[in-house]
Amino acid sequence: MSLSGLEKEKDRPEGWNRPRLIEPDGEGELLEIAMGPHHPSTHGGFRMDVALDGERVIRLKPVFGYLHRNHEKIAEGIGYLGSMPYTDRLDYICSLTNNWAYALAVEKLTGQEVPERAEYLRVILGELTRVQNHASSIGFLIQEMGASGTPLMYAFREREKILDLFEGLTGSRMMCNYMRFGGCRVDAPEAWLTAARKVVAGLPGFVDEVDRLLTGNEILMARTQGVGVLPPELAVNAGVTGPMLRASGVNYDIRKVDHYGIYDRFNFRVPLGDHWDVYDRYMIRMLEMRESISILEQALKDIPAGPVMDAKAKIRGFRPKPGEAYGRIEAPKGELGFYLISDGGPNPYRYRVRPPSLINLTVLEDMCLGSDVADVVLIFGSVDIVLGEVDR
Amino acid sequence: MLGEGILKGLAETAKNFAGSFVSAERMTTVEYPEERIAPIEAARVFPFLVYDGTDWESGMRCVACQICEKECPPKCIYIEKSKDKKPDAIGKPQFYPAKFDVDIAVCMSCQICVEVCPFEAIKMDTEFELSTDDRFGGLLLDREELSKSNEYYHQIHPTEAAVVDARLTEGRAKADAKTTAAAITGAIRGAEIPKRPAEGGD
Amino acid sequence: MKTIEEIKAAIEAAVPGAGVEVVPNASPSGQHSLRLEPSHAFEVAKFLRDDAELALDFLSNATGVDWPDKEVTEKVKVKRLVTKTVDGVEQSAEETVEESRKRVEPGCLEVVYHLFSMAKKHGPVVLRMKTVNRTDNVELPSLTPVWRSAELQEREIFDLFGIVFTGHPDLRRLLMWDAFKDHPMRRDYVDPDDYEYEPTAHEQVLARAAAHTAGEQIAGASAGAIPGGGQEGIGGK
Repeated sequence: MSLSGLEKEKDRPEGWNRPRLIEPDGEGELLEIAMGPHHPSTHGGFRMDVALDGERVIRLKPVFGYLHRNHEKIAEGIGYLGSMPYTDRLDYICSLTNNWAYALAVEKLTGQEVPERAEYLRVILGELTRVQNHASSIGFLIQEMGASGTPLMYAFREREKILDLFEGLTGSRMMCNYMRFGGCRVDAPEAWLTAARKVVAGLPGFVDEVDRLLTGNEILMARTQGVGVLPPELAVNAGVTGPMLRASGVNYDIRKVDHYGIYDRFNFRVPLGDHWDVYDRYMIRMLEMRESISILEQALKDIPAGPVMDAKAKIRGFRPKPGEAYGRIEAPKGELGFYLISDGGPNPYRYRVRPPSLINLTVLEDMCLGSDVADVVLIFGSVDIVLGEVDR
Repeated sequence: MLGEGILKGLAETAKNFAGSFVSAERMTTVEYPEERIAPIEAARVFPFLVYDGTDWESGMRCVACQICEKECPPKCIYIEKSKDKKPDAIGKPQFYPAKFDVDIAVCMSCQICVEVCPFEAIKMDTEFELSTDDRFGGLLLDREELSKSNEYYHQIHPTEAAVVDARLTEGRAKADAKTTAAAITGAIRGAEIPKRPAEGGD
Repeated sequence: MKTIEEIKAAIEAAVPGAGVEVVPNASPSGQHSLRLEPSHAFEVAKFLRDDAELALDFLSNATGVDWPDKEVTEKVKVKRLVTKTVDGVEQSAEETVEESRKRVEPGCLEVVYHLFSMAKKHGPVVLRMKTVNRTDNVELPSLTPVWRSAELQEREIFDLFGIVFTGHPDLRRLLMWDAFKDHPMRRDYVDPDDYEYEPTAHEQVLARAAAHTAGEQIAGASAGAIPGGGQEGIGGK
């Protein structure tokens, strides 16, 4: 990035919803630094070209593509089922919700029904995924603040238990590849459900522990409160979704809005932030974990017996009729959508992933402008991204 | 009081520190390779080919229909169909794979080959200690290296294997009944016994 | 929420001459879309966002679709003057003959937007726009000034499909590097053959790698080890 190239940005078109533009104060030299792609806080290959006036950030340009593998092109060259294992590799922390979003989009395209037990299993696995994602994202956020290790290891200790559950059911800890069009791949044996109940029973204790460890911590509050403020109007206009959006005080949870799956049956609340800053994002994730645990308890209590696959579902020779569909779910990181166009062939004509991680980064510059360079890492961490999904 | 939150947090870490020495549930480290965790039934690493009986070549269930090769997302399977047919486990003449290679350097352990196989011929192994110093040859497994007996399959995935065996027995019984019925009709008409149509995918 | 026809009527009332067209969707999802005239798209987008009843304040997804030129064979009935000789006398008569003709349907690039409303909690409303062709006239108006969430997504479409968005504040490649020439998501995109591919048991891949190495004239056993090693591997033990 060269500063001269950015000068023209002053003439922004009308309607350009940018809250503020920081001007250098004219004293001293400006410093341009490239944070990343090897910066440890970027969780992968990601670069921020930052222009600094002293410690203050006056420009920030994210640079993408270090992990780009053209997932969408690959998917257009293989069958519908063949893309399922590749969706695991988008947001590799939450492979099960990726599976779910893709299965949901294909089910919308074909009009397939999902048996009740499979819906319950999807909810259980999806909420377990949410808990472990939020736990590890809080751990990473605190790690980026400088608390090396301890909170992250607490989060990983709990995540380990959940990953063991995933491995016991799906055969893989992270690349689960579990959901299918019209259900789930294998049924959960009773022993697995018992183990899941045991893990879920231990989760509230874990959240309480993290609460005691962090929530009242003065250093955490000093570093995060009032940092990286994202006003709700901008958040909505910029398509920010997930905990980021709710931390900005916008009541929009796709589980409540779209009523996909069987989320209607569960009693849960949507936490909202009122300061719109990094601390709110932390708090929202903590509260969402509690709500997820409550959903898990309800789902594990009510899960009925029955088949887990639609009897009419086809594994070989799967060819949806021509048409298109957009299916979306509330993934732990935001709205994960899949847009599919079928031309009647065995491969999708067009396969598009709407990546929440990428679109949530639209507002990264807006949140960072004017703050100290040390806070950039914190703000970036509070967005909670996975580069596998950003670059696809 | 300023610093109260920090002290609370420190009390929490102190409790965890002490707990990690006392509570048995917290001592979860397994000293691999001397110690190992119990095998996980659902685990999947790389595919293998199942054979019935004792001889891998004659008992191989694979009939080289090439569905798995077509469906494999990273395209790590390579099959060459045989020119001739040989009798399979139940004595029915079938094609067999003259060549069946799996490049486990490319395989991503997704199990789709297992799901699409109509003959229960390919299953997932749980063997993971496969490191080799030969990057190209050592990670390209041919059909002999891939062949494992049905007994081995029962050993690593007992529940799944029992279901598969029940399904196969049922299929064979049905096929036998059909052949017998056809033989009777054939004998009445004095005609030849009609061959069962070759099984295939969709 | 309003039906697609009602939305179309509302747009036409608000933006005269908008030229909105309903594109039906045959799949069970029932997500029909509206095709906009690029020249009026910006006003229509603003109307959809600001209208109190629709309030489509959230652009969720923006993506491109490539429709390459298609060769269509169709049967056409043609009237032709046929000269026949009947009883030694030449006679001309009109006859209807069926002919099969090949016609090239010109392709285009399309961009699809999925809109939702966070205020009213409804959606999706699907908008589409088409470019004139796929080569030299690939400009479409950018909707980024209306919805910021299109900023990175339109950059991605520009990068992968080559649609040029006029009015986009910062139109650069997003995922590919700046010096990259082609647009990889187009359906006629050809993979380069010079990347280092893991040797798989597939002959095409090996042949391609071998051909490329031969073309480069790399001498020595070590340089040829990658494709050669794979070929030996195929031979098996």
